[in-house]
Formats: sequence, structure tokens, C-alpha cells
Amino acid sequence: MKTKKTTHKKHLMTGNEAIGEGAVRAGCDLYAGYPITPQNELTAFMAKRMAEKKRIFIQSESEISAISMVFGASLTGKRAMTSSSSPGISLKQEGISYLAGCRLPGVIVNVMRGGPGLGNISPSQADYFQATKGGGHGDYHIIVLAPSSAEEAMSLTILAFDLADTYRCPAMILTDGMLGQMMEPVEISKFKFKDSRSINKKWALTGAKGRKPQSIKSLYLKPGGLESHNLRLQATYEEIKKRETRSESLYCNDAELIVVAYGTVSRIARAAIKQLRSRGKRVGLLRPISLWPFPEKVLKKYAKGTKRFLVSEMSTGQMVEDVRLAIEGQAKVAFHGRPGGGIPTQKEIEDKILRCLR
Amino acid sequence: MKKIFQRPKSMQDVATHYCAGCGHGIIHRLVAEIIDELKVREKVIAIAPVGCAVIAYDYWNFDVTEAAHGRCPAVATAIKRLRPNNVVFTYQGDGDLASIGIAETIHAANRGENITVIFVNNGVYGMTGGQMAPTTLIGQKTATSPLGRNAVCDGNPIKMLEMLAVLDGVKYLERVTVYSPQHVLKAKQAIRKAFRNQIENKGFSMVEIISMCPIYTGRSVEASIEWIKERVLKDYPLGVIKDKG
Ligand SMILES: Cc1ncc(C[n+]2csc(CCOP(=O)(O)OP(=O)(O)O)c2C)c(N)n1
Ligand code: SF4
Repeated sequence: MKTKKTTHKKHLMTGNEAIGEGAVRAGCDLYAGYPITPQNELTAFMAKRMAEKKRIFIQSESEISAISMVFGASLTGKRAMTSSSSPGISLKQEGISYLAGCRLPGVIVNVMRGGPGLGNISPSQADYFQATKGGGHGDYHIIVLAPSSAEEAMSLTILAFDLADTYRCPAMILTDGMLGQMMEPVEISKFKFKDSRSINKKWALTGAKGRKPQSIKSLYLKPGGLESHNLRLQATYEEIKKRETRSESLYCNDAELIVVAYGTVSRIARAAIKQLRSRGKRVGLLRPISLWPFPEKVLKKYAKGTKRFLVSEMSTGQMVEDVRLAIEGQAKVAFHGRPGGGIPTQKEIEDKILRCLR
Repeated sequence: MKKIFQRPKSMQDVATHYCAGCGHGIIHRLVAEIIDELKVREKVIAIAPVGCAVIAYDYWNFDVTEAAHGRCPAVATAIKRLRPNNVVFTYQGDGDLASIGIAETIHAANRGENITVIFVNNGVYGMTGGQMAPTTLIGQKTATSPLGRNAVCDGNPIKMLEMLAVLDGVKYLERVTVYSPQHVLKAKQAIRKAFRNQIENKGFSMVEIISMCPIYTGRSVEASIEWIKERVLKDYPLGVIKDKG
């Protein structure tokens, strides 16, 4: 994402709408979705905006169908997106696995709510495992990007389309009900948009005119065929890890303790850290922006100079496992989380930091 | 010398993996002949099912994609909406279309998607070893109805065309079979019509083809044909179920 240095008009929008506008501007040709709170604003926004742009909006009969429509759109070389919230994302896992297996791009948005089961409609980060460890069947990954503001939701959505196309790999925006429904100013004009048609998708099915017939498939029955296919997927994942790991660091260089948090919790943690810095405490923030690939190198680097890490999530602790793996025992890792729709408060995080520093 | 019979351009020159007497090969060929005849081979995007016909792309000489089990109509919906000038069809078995994918089938039909659906009803799940399908007849023995299908616990055979006929979005529904040369010719006419409708933008068309699965419905080719004649067609009568003209 390149940004221009000029100042421009700001638009007040919810995170959900910012994702929608980002998708429209990224050249999304088809959107399919099924109602579920707290992402309904996004589906409604797309219904209106896609019609204005004379593109395809479909309210599908289910999330399974919606992701299958993304699959269909994507295999013709077009850009497509679907969005949902946790229970609906469980249903999309079939299609996500097929997208990954068929090496098709496609953007999926999860505006997380509390679970398991029907759970509730409060913000949550309980789908981290599902998003970053594959989610569906098979040995695969998808790119997972976690915005922490409406403006970033827009820029990461555009990035998700670009990365999905570049690596022929599905990409997910993982956000939560708080960010999805909160209104914030967004400076739309500062983003630069790639024209989707400029990316050459020779693999796309468009009809065998002037070329040999092509197929899109994830079935490999010949001995060794699926193994090499899997190894090729892994090679792509290694590329993605090398080039597309993103994170933001704040006051990390001299920090005695680094808080690791993403999305909504990173905003609360940022406030806590600023407060404690003003009281002379040497605390920093590491905010993973790409949850997969996970910014393990940066963490490893900081672990050399920092004795303590505190991971905070709106769950009982999922990303904390990746932090521990990255740090490999070089520093202590504490956790503070609130599950089931609970949101850690600034005070809770400050208190926990102070206890860890003691 | 004039060639009067040859492999359709829409078929590849390869050996078949289907069992002897299987209907899939005949139906693949009928579809290929119609696509040649309508001169749309270079415009076709086909969606293969999960089932014995999953590797249809090894036989057909046009663009083919796989889809997850039962999701062909949703995949086809997106393709056709984005590329209305392409000819888009799904090819699905009865497990794929009438069981796991019944929601996708009904809703694509109800939206009146301008696609063609080739529905191969062989009364069983062929690929997974002859289990009971939603179309299995009452009393029919399968791997998962060893005592014969029993309506009380297994339900009754689903008649997809009769169900879909009530939907306003549906244009054309016909049931045919391919167990004899005469029936093959009639099946070809129905398939032609279902593709023509799409090319003329008339909307959702589906042809149900009562097909042979000798391996799981009779053990011999002759017995599987007898089975269709004597039993299946009584529950699944042939003919046009709906044609909005
Ligand atoms: C989600 C899922 N469930 C089950 C299967 C296993 N499976 C493969 S083919 C098939 C049924 C095929 O039957 P049908 O659609 O009647 O086609 P046929 O093989 O008879 O042509 C099943 C259940 C699968 N591949 N995916
Ligand atoms: S199992 Fe049945 S449907 Fe499958 S190839 Fe054999 S005869 Fe055909």
C-alpha cells in the first residue's frame, strides 16, 4: 500500500463499511454474503455499492453457498469477497480449503463474535486458531490480516485482494464486532488502488478459445501427485512468510515488558502503555498486523533484550501460543484475556503489566 | 470419403475409467455432441461434481472446474453472472445434487440462474461404494440399506424435478434415460434444449437422466437395464415435467 503525503477529506464510517469500500475500490467483481451480526452493515453496504458500480451482489442461501460463489468467481479470474461472523465462518471452511487446494485467490472477512456455538454477538478474538492454523481440512494456510482501525480495515482489505492474487492464496480480514461497528474517520483518497485487470491470470477458466482446455482442481489421484502439490503450496507459504509478514512496534527498543496484542485489544493496550510510559515505566507494544504469517522474527529479536512479554486477547489465550513458540523460552510470557464477549479494560491491562514488572 | 461418425471435438481421445455399462460415458458423449453441434466448445465452462464424474475434465475437451461436493450450482451461479457470454453447465450425480447440494440446487433454480444442469440419477452413491442415495427406491438394497430402503426410517425417493417445477424461476425440466439407443436419442434432444435455453437467455434448465450403475444396481449390465425398465421408471416417469416455452 502506497500513501500520498497530501491531506484529504475524511469520511466517517464503520469498520464494516470501510472493509466494503476497500473491496469496491480494490475492484471486487462479486460479493456474496448471508446475514449475521455483527457484520450485517457490510452485507448491506455491499448490496448498495455493488449495484451502484454495476457489479454482482448476491445474498446467498447460506455461507457455504457464498464461499462457493467466491470460488466460482475466482476461478474465472475475477475478484471476489464474502464476509460473515464466527458461526458463518465455520461453514465457509469447506470452501476456504477448496480455494487453498485449487490455488485460487478470494477474500474472506470474519467480524468475530463470541463462541463456541451460537455464543453471543459481542466482540471476540476466539477464532484466531481457526483463522491462522488452516481452519478447514488439509495442510494449508491462508493469509490473515488484522486491522485495528476503520482506516486500516480499508487499507488491509485492498492489500488482501492484492496478496490473494499475487500468491494465488485466499486472504482473510480478521476483525471483531467492536471494530466492525465503531465509526471512525477514514481518509479514502490517500490509498492507491491496483487495477485487478492488470494482473495476468493465465490459469483462469474463460472458455478454451485460442488455447488448450484448462481445469481447476484439487484432486490429485496419481501416486505422489498430491504430495508434490502440497509441497508446492508449502513453497508458496514460505515466500509469503518471507515477504508479507507485517507488524507495528511502539516503544519496543528499550522496553522491559512488551505487550503483544492485535485488533481491538491492541488499541486498549496502546492506551495502557502510553499511560504507563508517562509514569516512567518502560513498556512497549508489538502489534501483529499479519496474524499469518505471524511476525515471529520481530518477536525473537525483541526477546533478546526484553525479559517479559504480556499477551492480551479477547479469548482464553490463542495467539499466546504463537508468541511462546516465537520466543522459544528466551523470555517470560504472561497472558491476560477475557473470553465470551468480555473486553479487557485499560485498567486491567495496566494492573497486569505492573504485576508482571514487580 | 466422408466421415459420418467420429469422436466429437468436445471429447478427448482417452480410455475410460467408468465401469462397463455405466451411463456416465454415454452422457458425457451426448453433452459433448450437443456442445459441438451448438458450436460453443470455446465458450463452455463446466462444473464437475464430487462423484464418479469428478474427473470429467479428463474426458471433455473444454474448460472444466471441480467444485466441493454438492456446491456446483453456487459455483455456476457466480461464473454465469460474471461471464454471461460463456456457456455454463453443471454435471451432477444424485448424491451431489439431491442430498448434500439440495439447498444449492433449489436456490439456483429459484433465482432462475441462466445455467444448464445435467443431473445423472443412478439411484446410488457410485463413487463411495453403492450407498443409499436420496433417489434410491423403496425396498432397494444398498450398502447402507442392507434390508432394502424403508420409508419409515430412510424416507421416500426424492423427485427433484417435480419439486423444482413449482418454482417460478425454473424454465425447463425433463426426465430422460439412456438405457437404449432410442432413449439416448431422446435424451440428446432434451440436453440440446437445455443448452439452447441458456444460449437464448431463457433461464434455468435441468435434465434428469436415469442412468445405469451396473456395479451397484444389478451386478450385470443387463440386470441394471432391467432394473431401470421394471422398477425405476415406475417411480420416475420420463417426460417433460415443466416447460415455460
Ligand atoms: C463433503 C463430502 N462428503 C462426502 C464425500 C464422499 N463422497 C464422494 S462421492 C460421493 C457421492 C457420489 O454419489 P453421486 O453424487 O450419486 O454420484 P455417482 O458417484 O453415483 O455418480 C460422496 C458421498 C465427499 N467427497 N465430500
Ligand atoms: S460405480 Fe456406478 S456410476 Fe460409478 S463408474 Fe461404476 S457404474 Fe458408473
